Amino acid sequence: MATSVATAQARSTPKHRFGADEVACGITLLFALAIFAITLLMAIQLWRNSAPTRAKFGFSFLTSSLWNPVTDQFGAAPYIYGTVLTSVLALLIAVPLGVGAAIYLSELAVPKISNALTFLVELLAAVPSVIYGLLAIFTLVPLMRDYLGPAIQKVLGATPLFSGHLYGVGYLTAGMILAIMTLPYIISVSREALMAVPREQREAALALGATKWESTKDAVLPFARLGIIGSIFLALARALGETMAVTMVIGNQPAIHASLFAPGYSIAAVIASEFAEADKLHRSALIELGLVLFVLTMVVNGSAQLMIKLTTKKGSAKA
Amino acid sequence: MKILVLTSLLALPALFAMPAMAADTINAAGATFPAPLYQLWFGEYKMAHSDVRINYQAVGSGAGVRQLIAGTVDFAASDIPLTDEQTKDLKGKTFHFPMTMGAVVLTYNIPQLTGNLKLTPGAIAGMYLGTIKNWDDPAIKTANPGMKLPSKAIEIVHRSDASGTSFVFTDYLAKVSLEWKSKVGAAAAVSWPTGLSGPQNAGVAGLVKQTPYSVGYVELTYAIQNKMAFADVQNAAGKFVTASFKGVSEAAANSKQMPDDFKVSITNAPGAASYPISTFTWILIPGEIKDAAKKKAITGFLEWALTTGQKDAEGLQYAQVPKAVVAKEQKQIALIK
Repeated sequence: MATSVATAQARSTPKHRFGADEVACGITLLFALAIFAITLLMAIQLWRNSAPTRAKFGFSFLTSSLWNPVTDQFGAAPYIYGTVLTSVLALLIAVPLGVGAAIYLSELAVPKISNALTFLVELLAAVPSVIYGLLAIFTLVPLMRDYLGPAIQKVLGATPLFSGHLYGVGYLTAGMILAIMTLPYIISVSREALMAVPREQREAALALGATKWESTKDAVLPFARLGIIGSIFLALARALGETMAVTMVIGNQPAIHASLFAPGYSIAAVIASEFAEADKLHRSALIELGLVLFVLTMVVNGSAQLMIKLTTKKGSAKA
Repeated sequence: MKILVLTSLLALPALFAMPAMAADTINAAGATFPAPLYQLWFGEYKMAHSDVRINYQAVGSGAGVRQLIAGTVDFAASDIPLTDEQTKDLKGKTFHFPMTMGAVVLTYNIPQLTGNLKLTPGAIAGMYLGTIKNWDDPAIKTANPGMKLPSKAIEIVHRSDASGTSFVFTDYLAKVSLEWKSKVGAAAAVSWPTGLSGPQNAGVAGLVKQTPYSVGYVELTYAIQNKMAFADVQNAAGKFVTASFKGVSEAAANSKQMPDDFKVSITNAPGAASYPISTFTWILIPGEIKDAAKKKAITGFLEWALTTGQKDAEGLQYAQVPKAVVAKEQKQIALIK
């Protein structure tokens, strides 16, 4: 409605070609295109600069776990494994915690507590990752090595997943610090999604005789599902790319271990560690790792879109 | 008074000009290891020569060399002599100037251990190769009679980032262990057979402090500043030496004849007092500097740093370059065209 009024006005003025609407449209279009251009440029640069290793190793780059800059042999498997494993561990810990906290904050807590906690959550999101890394080194690593690790091993030590030497640093420690770092994203985005659910939705459920929890479970959560899934994928993208905190506690050992207590390495961590001094093929290998991470995050985002599409088709309400 | 006003008026636009635009700003980049000393030198030299401003970015040895190849800096600094391939990429002649020296030490964390741990080259190589697994291994025990070494697994710590420090350490290991030389080799970044790794000196130090029964390597300067325990290392003459700038100077003095291109490794040097994991660090200067003002500034700085500047070294735990080497370098300064 508003636009038709505006265009009508624009038509009545003689210089309607350069009306404010067109200018605004052009400028914002430019901004929107800039995002597209940046993404495209990034992909082109990563693709071009990784040409030497792509030509030399082909697909074996993704499957080999040999990384030796001295003999110019490069395989990315330990880094891909470490990146994916730590991110998945982080989500396993952070999703139940985060979504649970968001439900409490939006549905159950009195406004005073909800506001105070929300403020704290937003504060957590603003803490630089190097601080989380330090926190992990000084508290999480000793905790893991001396208390948590031995306790877990007492029960599950026989399984390969939890066996082996306890260094304190390793996949699980990195996953835990990532969980703490991604928690604020899951909580605040999920909370927003839950708050956006219309009151009528809740009231209708309650009117039908549902208890408070039943209305939350059956009426509110399905309605906010898209927002919650979105928050999880945002957290996953953040976990995949996190560098500083991970490199401080993962142990930085380019190997694949079954045990979650074992040291590993991640893509972002090895790029940050070795890029400054890397030359020729080594440099190309690191850039190809960047390309792998780029594709990995694209796959994550793509599957998020797909998942949203598939679940909306099932016929529940759109957010 | 008038002159003062006039000069300050003339200086005004310079304040707004980009640093790179000023004719007298010299851009340099490279090694982080000697950076504290270099920053001190550049500051002091500017006090005496207000027209010379050197802008140094401590981005790492390899990155500095790459910038020199790309021509974005006037000179580079590196802990590693240029490789043949880099020399080829640089096209014109490039001079190596040893500016100062340092050492790499083995820092350890063994709870309840008193006294200074002594390590033989065989023990260090064995630990880092993963063949010596426990602290009470005979290779460590025999060098430390009377010391109560625990029967605990050794946790190996090394650098995760590529660095000159790792180069010096692996260069040393390649000299003392044939197995290391054939299996791993010497480079700024290698494929480590075992162990955890952390970024920078701080990352290694943090892991060692946090992991009981661990051992790692850091620069001497860093270990002293952070009051970390480090092991005495047995040198080529069979003596155990505590790392210090004196031991480093001895290693330089006792090393084989300084070659004309100054590309020399002084690890595992002979001499009873030589500390075996020592190194020079170099400034790399193009053989030809087209800008006359820049040439004058750079050669002037080199001359000053190799003479007056050397006195600053020991205060920051670096070792002075031997007089004989300085004399040889002064001849090379004259060769810069």
